[in-house]
Amino acid sequence: MPKLETVKQLEEYRRRLLTHPDAQASQILVCGGPGCIPMGSEEVAAAFRRELKERGPAVKVLLKESGCQGWCSKAVKVMIRPQEITYQQVIPQDVPEIVAETLIQGKILDRLCYRDPADQTAKAHKSEIPFYQGQQPLVLGKMDLIDPTSLDDYLAAGGYRAIQQVLAQMSPEAVIQAVDRSGLRGRGGGGFPTGRKWRFCREASGEVKYLICNADEGEGDSGAFMDRVVMEGNPHAVLEGMVIGGYAIGAHQGFIYVRYEYPLAVKRLSLAIDQARQCGLLGANILGSGFAFEVKISKGAGAFVCGEETALIASMEGKIGEPRNRPPYPAQHGLWGKPTVINNVETLANLPEIINRGADWFAAIGSEKSKGTKVFSLVGAVNHTGLVEVPMGTSLRQIVFDLGGGIRDGGEFKAVQTGGPSGGCIPKEYLDLPVDYDSLQSVGSIMGSGLMIVMDQNSCMVDVAKYFMSFLHDESCGKCTPCREGTKQLLEILTEITQGRGQEEYLVLMEELCATMRSASLCGLGQSAVTPVLSTLKYFREEYEAHIQQKKCPALVCRPLLKYTIDPETCTGCLACVLECPAEAIQGEAGEPHELDQELCVKCGMCHAVCKFEAVKVES
Amino acid sequence: MSEISLTIDGLAVKSQPGLSLLLAARAYGIDIPTLCHHDDLKPEGHCRLCLVEIGPPGHTRLVNSCTYPVEPGLIVQTASEKVLQDRRMVLELLLAQAPAAELIQKMAAEHGVYETRFKKADPQARCILCAQCVRTCREVVGVSAISMAFRTPKKMVATPFNEESEACIGCGSCVFICPTNVIAYTEKDGIRTVWGRNFELQPCNVCGNYIAPKAQLEHWAKITGDPVESFFVCRDCR
Repeated sequence: MPKLETVKQLEEYRRRLLTHPDAQASQILVCGGPGCIPMGSEEVAAAFRRELKERGPAVKVLLKESGCQGWCSKAVKVMIRPQEITYQQVIPQDVPEIVAETLIQGKILDRLCYRDPADQTAKAHKSEIPFYQGQQPLVLGKMDLIDPTSLDDYLAAGGYRAIQQVLAQMSPEAVIQAVDRSGLRGRGGGGFPTGRKWRFCREASGEVKYLICNADEGEGDSGAFMDRVVMEGNPHAVLEGMVIGGYAIGAHQGFIYVRYEYPLAVKRLSLAIDQARQCGLLGANILGSGFAFEVKISKGAGAFVCGEETALIASMEGKIGEPRNRPPYPAQHGLWGKPTVINNVETLANLPEIINRGADWFAAIGSEKSKGTKVFSLVGAVNHTGLVEVPMGTSLRQIVFDLGGGIRDGGEFKAVQTGGPSGGCIPKEYLDLPVDYDSLQSVGSIMGSGLMIVMDQNSCMVDVAKYFMSFLHDESCGKCTPCREGTKQLLEILTEITQGRGQEEYLVLMEELCATMRSASLCGLGQSAVTPVLSTLKYFREEYEAHIQQKKCPALVCRPLLKYTIDPETCTGCLACVLECPAEAIQGEAGEPHELDQELCVKCGMCHAVCKFEAVKVES
Repeated sequence: MSEISLTIDGLAVKSQPGLSLLLAARAYGIDIPTLCHHDDLKPEGHCRLCLVEIGPPGHTRLVNSCTYPVEPGLIVQTASEKVLQDRRMVLELLLAQAPAAELIQKMAAEHGVYETRFKKADPQARCILCAQCVRTCREVVGVSAISMAFRTPKKMVATPFNEESEACIGCGSCVFICPTNVIAYTEKDGIRTVWGRNFELQPCNVCGNYIAPKAQLEHWAKITGDPVESFFVCRDCR
């Protein structure tokens, strides 16, 4: 890798990459995303390597391990370019056939393709598959094109073109104006306008300023991993965004705050930093512009609260990861007392495209007040889970039913929880809601981390609220009274209700407590911790009432409220439940209907799980 | 810098820039209840009792007055309905957290809260995690022998690893500052015990009464550069 000292040298280097024979060759890209690696993507890649080696130079194809290709439930995914053939659930044994049939003979292997649920026809090309059709991948876009460990790949895909333009042609003020005009808002959840945040910091007094990339915002909660995927799959986009941000605010030092639990992200980012530094895209006098910028990685220990800006700063300073009161805001008084901007990974990854394609282009995507796209982590009771990136303003229905392929096992949609643990549960009457920062807030939820958990009729909303409260109680730092004691008492009350000890007055008490936590907590964690409770109380109150008044759990989830019985007509007397019951509550002889003693039953549900004849009935 | 004019509870007040709303209000005799505030410590906003409502009608929000600085033209309400409601809720939570803390019972009663609807912790519990002890040890004594440990479920004030702290000088400032008298402390036969560590007390060379733990006098000697023996005479005999 040569040292690139001017914009011209970078252009020339990129031109050489694009005209290199490799650039025109066919490519096999094995997904190396966090969904595919555990499912054996490295073994699949190794199988390709072996197979291609055996075939020798007759098969001209480049093998790469790419970033996340989305649709994690179909791991391991393999994409063949330039045809954009996408194979799903590939195992190493499939590899010789893929090479022989598809690569050599150009035939498509139907059995590895997505199948249209309507007529079972195989859809081989990315453009034919509904999961991808509704998406507009600005942030995730390059990920299935490039090898995240290759700077050349990023450069060939147009990478670092934005900093060429920024450093050579734009003043810092012009960059801020462009970002302002684009309407970009913070993707970490709060949705604060990025340009405005930058301006506060640029105008703050002080020579030394810092830019921090927050890679810990909402990460590590129950299923949000978009920032991790961006860092692992396209680390140079994060760095390029940081150089743009640093230039705009007047910072020469950037930090990426990322958790120890993301070793691959740390490894890929470290490699990307080394590569960028070696060729002069980081360091002193970037591309001959006179602008210097360095990036360091700061590893956190994985506390949820450290995604909060001031707690993050405390953690970086080596203090206990607790937030502090604002003002002063980090833009005036941040890391080590210096003016600091903290931007989320996804926010930063949007910047190169905003510069390359223009603020007006970006502002034309999305809804009135929320511009651009948003990456969502679509999980739960949907057919297709994984990361999706859609324009702001896409309806929940499109995301859940068109991209997500509807509810799993033919179930019924009940609610979608957006925004992570401190998000709200949105019922089906709002399925046509266009998803953006403001609309989600208007129905009592939040954009938050971009997590979307889809729930079907098998979810008890009281249990859901309890689940999230137990997470938040565990992650609350405990500095301020409303959050510390409030999450404790909410969890206590919700536990009582799910165990059949709920009292009528609990609902009002929870509402009163939530109102105080929302207004009086120190930071966003406590203020938003009430959202799962308030939203379920608002939209699913009858479920709370059923638990409290009738001691029933309509979704048949809360075990203490369930009753298991054995239907003597259906029971074949197979003894399976008798043997499994840990409380020895089931009696019976082989071939005779078994009997369950309600006094002894501990309601573990084991008998229900092992019965092959559906003779164990559960009711509430 | 010139004085800042703002409105507190309908009263036009003037304040020095940089002052907190709490101190600005107190200067005019407007009392705002506090638990974690102490004039000699940097405010940190733990307890949330000093909440006030700020902003023009219809666009208000709650902030804690101990850390929020005075701003020109700011409208502050120290006892609005919302403020009082949240203060009562905070006290109700604290009553459940520290049922044995007399100060909390007294303050709650002053706000019309006599009983808590929440599940009480250990009936003997008194710590409200206001962190005055931790801050005193760090900011006033300067040894940081204790700190907050863990998060919400197990949050506590502790020495490192809950073991005898080498940094502790046994000065007892934490005990003195604690508003709910929860820090265990004994003195017997020339030995002071605090945070699980025994400290030998130094008698006065003149009258023989105990002055302070030897470790504390050594700490003074280190700070001042004077020989430790120079502190072996008590204040009364000096």
